[in-house]
Amino acid sequence: MDTAAIHERLKGRFGERVGDVDLAAKDPYVVVDAAAIRDVCQWLRDDPEQRFDSLSCLSGVDYKDAGHIEVVYHLYSYSQRQLTVLKVRVPRDTPSVPSVEAVWKAADWHEREIYDLLGVDFTGHPDLRRLLLPEDWVGHPLRKDYVEPEEYHGISTRRESLLR
Amino acid sequence: MSLINSSPEWVLTTKADAFLNWTRKSSVWWMLFGLACCAIELMQTQGPRADVDRFGAAPRASPRQSDLMVVAGTLTMKMALRTKVLYEQMPEPRYAIAMGACASCGGLFQLAYSVCDGVDKVIPVDVYVPGCPPRPEALTEGILKLQEKMMAENWLVRRKVEPATATA
Repeated sequence: MDTAAIHERLKGRFGERVGDVDLAAKDPYVVVDAAAIRDVCQWLRDDPEQRFDSLSCLSGVDYKDAGHIEVVYHLYSYSQRQLTVLKVRVPRDTPSVPSVEAVWKAADWHEREIYDLLGVDFTGHPDLRRLLLPEDWVGHPLRKDYVEPEEYHGISTRRESLLR
Repeated sequence: MSLINSSPEWVLTTKADAFLNWTRKSSVWWMLFGLACCAIELMQTQGPRADVDRFGAAPRASPRQSDLMVVAGTLTMKMALRTKVLYEQMPEPRYAIAMGACASCGGLFQLAYSVCDGVDKVIPVDVYVPGCPPRPEALTEGILKLQEKMMAENWLVRRKVEPATATA
């Protein structure tokens, strides 16, 4: 089953909560409402014809000019041998997406990483802490408008660089 | 006839400083501590081919038993604070080698937000070993340079101690 057929079935099941599909993209994707993403993922995992038993990748992208942050779900089904991509778009100033940690355990650290680097709040995540950066870090560095602080605990981040 | 000339030939004479320095430089125990790819070369250096054990250098698992910290790899800001704690746990006299470009100046990653541009921003460094990563021969050279530095130290000279100024 390809992404077009999956989109068809999702439309039939969730109606308006599932947005458009882009089949021209290299990895064809379906846009899903942020509020519906957990139900959609649960259904895609449990439905006998989809069986998306694996969350291959969960990533975040900051589109500063468009004003939204995109959370991208790459799903794979080992039993059906099919691959699809879901995308959720949330506003940059209040990025909040329901957590899919309860659907796939693999989402736990992926969501923590996206929270760490992009500041997306995954509601319902059991342990939403920074994953890579220190806990007292200020800001989310993969935001396009991130400004590097002058120092961290007295360690200056400035050095006359040979590259500049 | 002087005392020296009357001694049997198996008696060696030396200066106290030179003897102390010789004993210390002959047991440069470094802390087993690797941060990135340089740590792989660090492991090679302690292996049988480079074999720095013949110069008395050997890895120790605890900072409290170490004389030398080889900072091998990219130092992130998060690790910089921990590196400082580890360095302060080492008993004095203690030394540090910045191994590779990253530990010396941030290297390839010096423009990254999370990278500390050189370990000398956190702890004092005695020897810088350039390279990306340096070969075991280069690190061996670095350890030999450090031993030269150790041999040049004077410990028995009374050092001038500045009187402590009272602080309010």
